[in-house]
Amino acid sequence: MDPIAAKSIGAGLAAIGMIGSGIGVGNIWSSLIATVGRNPAAKSSVELYGWIGFAVTEAIALFALVVALMLLFG
Amino acid sequence: MESPIEQFRIESILPLHLGKYDVSFTNSGLMMVAAVVLATLFLTLSMRARSVVPGRWQGAAEVCYEFVANMVRDNVGKEGMKYFPFLLTLFMFVLFGNLLGLIPYSFAYTSHIAVTFALAVVVFIGVTIIGFARHGTHYLRMFFPEGAPLLTAVILVPIELISYLSRPFSLAVRLFANMTVGHILLKVMGGFVVMLGVAGIVPLAFLGGITVLEFFIAVLQAYVFTILSCIYLHDAIHMH
Repeated sequence: MDPIAAKSIGAGLAAIGMIGSGIGVGNIWSSLIATVGRNPAAKSSVELYGWIGFAVTEAIALFALVVALMLLFG
Repeated sequence: MESPIEQFRIESILPLHLGKYDVSFTNSGLMMVAAVVLATLFLTLSMRARSVVPGRWQGAAEVCYEFVANMVRDNVGKEGMKYFPFLLTLFMFVLFGNLLGLIPYSFAYTSHIAVTFALAVVVFIGVTIIGFARHGTHYLRMFFPEGAPLLTAVILVPIELISYLSRPFSLAVRLFANMTVGHILLKVMGGFVVMLGVAGIVPLAFLGGITVLEFFIAVLQAYVFTILSCIYLHDAIHMH
């Protein structure tokens, strides 16, 4: 196979890892919205954990992205 | 057309060699100096009046101070206020780096893993030293919680050890990747605007929205970096 084509295919495959992170971030927001919807008074105490959970889960997608970028430009 | 990662190239402004090491003053260093000077000026000049009823500038400086102070108080506790100056410095440095990087044709030093990893390693080593200084060898309990059956140590200790040692990497890569990806995205969208000619108004509108989102992410990532440092500090002081 042409090495440049293989590089692009590899980068595309590496980006698949972001699916899991997308599902995870969606889960976090959906449960956060459900929580605030049921008990609006809890908003200030759960909001912080929402953002932390978002940042930690998002990092997984970014690891996949860094691998993809390294394949493309490295 | 230039590749979208061209914007992250480090160029030396003042060539300087120390032995065989290249310690030139670079555009990255220039932006760091600019961020430190601007943050210092912002926090000192705006607080010069020291009025009871804050004006516009003093209000902005007090928001920054209170924001980090509340974060430390809520997440670390009263003992954590000893480390508040460091955490405020960390927050302002990352925040100004992210925001200054969004000015067109400037340079975002937080989009280099060398910078973010250095910051993360300082936090990691500092937290580890604080933990050992406060608890002595008892700090090793971090890797094997009290009350767990002895047999589970085979699985628990390696997992806890890996999760502890991966902290600086995830802290560094999160900030670095967020900033890098944001800038690449802006560059690629900018390329679409130029390529499409008159129809480029559509990606231009999209670009405006993305820029607003990038400002939000710049602040959010500075916040996340500081709050995770606070949580690690809490672990070191209170041991879970």
